[in-house]
This record gives sequence, structure tokens and C-alpha cells, in this order.
Amino acid sequence: MSQILDRARGQVLDSGTGLDEAGVLEILRLPDELLPAALQLAHDVRMRWCGPEVEVEGIVSLKTGGCPEDCHFCSQSGLFASPVRAVWLDIPSLVKAAKQTAATGATEFCIVAAVRGPDARLMKQLRAGVEAIRAEVDIQVAASLGMLTQEQVDDMVDMGIHRYNHNLETAKSYFPNVVTTHSWEERWDTLRMVRESGMEVCCGGILGLGETLEQRAEFAGQLALLQPHEVPLNFLNPRPGTPMGDREVVDPKDALRAIAAFRLALPHTILRYAGGREITLGDLGTREGLLGGINAVIVGNYLTTLGRPATADLDLLVDLSMPVKALSATL
Amino acid sequence: MPAGKPVTSTWCERCGEALPAGGHAACAAARPLEPPRYCRWCRRRMKVQVLPAGWSATCVEHGRLDGAP
Repeated sequence: MSQILDRARGQVLDSGTGLDEAGVLEILRLPDELLPAALQLAHDVRMRWCGPEVEVEGIVSLKTGGCPEDCHFCSQSGLFASPVRAVWLDIPSLVKAAKQTAATGATEFCIVAAVRGPDARLMKQLRAGVEAIRAEVDIQVAASLGMLTQEQVDDMVDMGIHRYNHNLETAKSYFPNVVTTHSWEERWDTLRMVRESGMEVCCGGILGLGETLEQRAEFAGQLALLQPHEVPLNFLNPRPGTPMGDREVVDPKDALRAIAAFRLALPHTILRYAGGREITLGDLGTREGLLGGINAVIVGNYLTTLGRPATADLDLLVDLSMPVKALSATL
Repeated sequence: MPAGKPVTSTWCERCGEALPAGGHAACAAARPLEPPRYCRWCRRRMKVQVLPAGWSATCVEHGRLDGAP
């Protein structure tokens, strides 16, 4: 069974070529006793091809709730009996959030909206928000506003958005079990336009939606094909009122296996710890993930749920001798 | 406490159900990683804004709560 680790050591660590779908599946199926070795190898790969720096990011919801889409994991869909109400964030509060994020040492601030795609009002709000942040805060601004038209992609480039997040969420073969109001291909189209625009592509997903290990490996392979600049790795945090509200969280060892597997599929990518890590892995898991292939974190709160205090993550990075990536390194 | 609020909480801030003596164990366990969603005094769904370093939850009748991480 450790043959796959030997192969990965030569292929991924020495040559920088990610594992294919079959190789990822072998990692996902490793027995518990080989998990530490897989995490160590993933960590070695991250250190060799990405370095010790950790990219720190904060996120904020510009428009919360009331989304017309039916992503079954999401408490912001207006189609489910979720307690999340629609709210818009005003510009002064957005700037305040960016300042709070920058104060942690973060280099990234991602503005997110729960929409199918942005309308004219939201694009206007985004432009005003980005201008206000740039006037007062030294931080890179990213955005995540759903599916885009070419004109909207061009507008975002003009605004100075440097990275756009649009998650594929899960394997193409499993996507219809998660979302029915739009297709995986529609998401891919937006990602293609973002890549061609010159903006950095941020694309990941959520593990624990009911996908099989084969589909988890399929998803890693599809992300490797896209070669995103960043892959945010979320773990399902079952939200009350959603169709996935009663699902179990991912087993911690499976979550760690997935972290190692995704790193071995994507040796050069920023692999970011995102939502659900606290409920899935606890405080100890954050350390294990950072020593198992993760090289970026979302600090502070998420969009509708709360995270560990930013200081807890920053103290951990100091403890692990992992420097926070400086803003100059992202320009 | 704003005027008009009863003295004791009646509703669970997380699930919106009636709050028994001692509260809901599962909801209490989840709350450190979730802002309140329902007004504890009137059960209305609140408008909640989560920020990187805090949150606010506003009930149209009973006003605003603020929380730090």
C-alpha cells in the first residue's frame, strides 16, 4: 500500500508533477497507520514547491442570504427554510472589515455575495467598496459573486480585483446531487473567462457532501486540470434548514487524508483551509493540516458562521515557524 | 436591556424553538461557532451580519446584539 507513497515521492516531491485521479484515490484509501507518512510527504511537497510561507485571508459577505440558487449545503439559499435572512453590508462597514483583516497581517480580503451572478446594483456596490478599501487599506482585494458575464469579468479587471473565487464545489459527476439550478459547466465557463482575463483563479469546493472517495479523487483531478492559483478546501458544516443539514461531518482522518491527497494532486497550488475545519478537525486539526500540505488559511469568521479567533491561527503559525506571506510577495 | 423586553429568554437563539430550563444542549454546543439567528425574546428571525472579527444581529422589535469572535 505504501507503493503509492514511494511513487508520489518520486513524481510529486522530486519532479513537481501532481498525482492523477487514480493516484489520489490510492491516497484517499490509505490505512490509518500510513496517514502520518502521507501527511509528512504532503508537507514536504508543500515546502519544496511552495515554501514555508502561509497566505492569510479574511472574507466578508457583502450580500447575505436570499440567493435564488439551490446549493444543498448552503444556508443562504432563499429556497430552503434556513434562518439566514437577506442583509446587505454598507461600504463603511466593508472598509472596517478590510482594516480588521489587514490588522491580522492578512494579504487577501475577499468580498463575497450570495447570488447566482451579480446584477448592476451589486457591481456598483462592489466598485464603490473596492475603491473605498483601496483608498484606506493596504491589502489585495478578491471577489466571489457567482457566475459572471464577459463584461462583468472585464469590469472586475478594471476595478483591480486580483483574484476571483468561484468554487466547482464537488466532482462533475456528483454536482447534480448538490445543485440543480445551474450546471457544473456554467461554473467552468466563468472560471475560463476569469483565467483568460488575467485575474488569478481561486477554485475549490466542499468535502463531505455525500460524494464517494472515487468522486473526491475525480474532483481533485478536475481541479488539477484547471490549475487554479488557489484551492480553498471546505468541509461540510451542516446548516439547519438545508437539505444537507442532517449530514454527519467528515471523519477527521478522512479529512486529513483528503488534505494530503489534494496537495499531492496540486503540488504548486495555494491550498487553503476554509470553512468547516473547526467543526471537522478541531484545534488540533488546524496544526495537523498545516503540517500536512495546507499553506493558506482563512482567519477569523466566515460568511454566516464563526471561526477560531485570528490570534489562535497566527500564534500557531509562529509556533510552527511558518511566516505569514508578506503583501509584497503577492504583487 | 431595551424597554419592552421580558426579563427572561424564551426562545433558543439558534433553532428558534422554545427554550426549556437549561437550554438546548446541541444548540449551546454549536453557538460558539455561530451567531444568534432568532431573537431570544420574540422568536423573530434576526438580520445577522458576520464580519471577520465579530457579528451583529438585529431584531426589528428588540434591537441589536453585537458579538466578538
